[in-house]
Amino acid sequence: MNRAYWMESKTELLKMARLKQYSISTVAFPLMFYCFFALAMGPYSQGGISMSRYLLATYGAFGVMGATLYAFGAGVAVERGLGWLEVKRASPMPPAAYFVAKGVVSLTFGALVVTLLFALGAIFGGVRMPAGQWLLMWGALVAGAIPFGAIGLAIGSFAGPNSAAGVVNMIYLPMAFCGGLWMPIEILPKALQHLAPWLPSYHFGQIALAILHVPVHGSVLGHVEALVGFGLIFAGVAWIGQSRDREKAYG
Amino acid sequence: MPVAELRGVTKRYGPVEALRGIDLSIAPGELLALLGPNGAGKTTAVRILLGLAAPTSGEATIFGYHPASRQAKLRRGALLQVGRVPETLKVREHIELFSSYYEKPLPIAETIAAAGLAGIENRLFGALSGGQKQRVLFALAICGNPDLLFLDEPTVGLDVESRRALWARIRGFVARGGSVLLTTHYLDEADALAHRVAVIDRGRIAAEGTPAEIKAQTGTSVLEDAFLAIMKENGNALEEVLQ
Repeated sequence: MNRAYWMESKTELLKMARLKQYSISTVAFPLMFYCFFALAMGPYSQGGISMSRYLLATYGAFGVMGATLYAFGAGVAVERGLGWLEVKRASPMPPAAYFVAKGVVSLTFGALVVTLLFALGAIFGGVRMPAGQWLLMWGALVAGAIPFGAIGLAIGSFAGPNSAAGVVNMIYLPMAFCGGLWMPIEILPKALQHLAPWLPSYHFGQIALAILHVPVHGSVLGHVEALVGFGLIFAGVAWIGQSRDREKAYG
Repeated sequence: MPVAELRGVTKRYGPVEALRGIDLSIAPGELLALLGPNGAGKTTAVRILLGLAAPTSGEATIFGYHPASRQAKLRRGALLQVGRVPETLKVREHIELFSSYYEKPLPIAETIAAAGLAGIENRLFGALSGGQKQRVLFALAICGNPDLLFLDEPTVGLDVESRRALWARIRGFVARGGSVLLTTHYLDEADALAHRVAVIDRGRIAAEGTPAEIKAQTGTSVLEDAFLAIMKENGNALEEVLQ
């Protein structure tokens, strides 16, 4: 049994690492955006904090979101829609192993993006902070994969196999922009600033910024609670989608 | 005890009755071919025996167990029609993964040999030909050393050579004592492989017997003619049968 979990995770990681549309884009886009908007804009600052420091937090959040939403959203939708999940369900695979493996991929690629971003920030952006703070931010960013995994699974449980990647883009990119992950939320129009608290991306970004001692809106605990809430709601939606699939099977 | 059994199974999808009371059993060591026109209920019967669908009424068992139970899953393997298989995994990686699901799998090398994959085990699935892809799916079905195999249209879209190669693999499995439920549109395939044939039409078993019995019943010498005779007798429009 345990061996099946280990093999499922290892194989899923190999599969996704070789899938260039996943591995290249989830790693390259956040790094590229960070170069454009943070490193190239070096002299600008937001609330007395350099862009390279501020956007390290928000592009870290952006990167983790992408790695997770694509692995779960597009991954599950394609395998569910084109029959592969059914082959696995007919086999003695422990049913949870499938989802655990997607989680392992999300965490691994999330950790990879965050680590590379930190290296860029430290080497080219002149970002300096105590080791404890680096570690805390790294941990908080990577842990963000958990609530977004639930959101991705909800998408993957309902989206069609051919449209899933588009659906993920249509949710991921606007959510990142409106949540203040591409540029500081204070620069965005007031209307978007009012919308932001309804987006999980906003709360994720605010938690990472708080670790940088950037003045944030509301309390960190409040943002954590919001993310937990979003995670639970979408886990529920995903559960409904998955049981709808099973009912189609057993019903 | 039969290795797989359907007893009085009906299946209703909304207003559609896919199965209207089917009794079917597979004996140990037997290859049973399930034939029938599109929409006859073949796939529904297979899905119920795999635990992927539940009967509306009646009972399905695999080795006496519920078809979705772990005990049932450990003793069977399945080659299903699938739209897309992950392409960025090597043949060997696919086999190693599925082998890890079972408690007593075949050694990897043995599975590779039995499925005719020697020499291409380190290729990515996406780089294989159609025949090679079907042999990988066959490998995934047999890697757990099952006693019962489900083969749903295993040779569809294959060239003659690849079909014959897969037939040889299937015969090899039966020769080692395995049981098989085969669904196919190719009646020569059923004729060549099956010990027994069940013809299913509009949710009911229309005829059952050895290929020779079925041919004798209908006074034909080729299973394909026998099949058409049964369908015609059963009141099916010929156009519907031929498509």
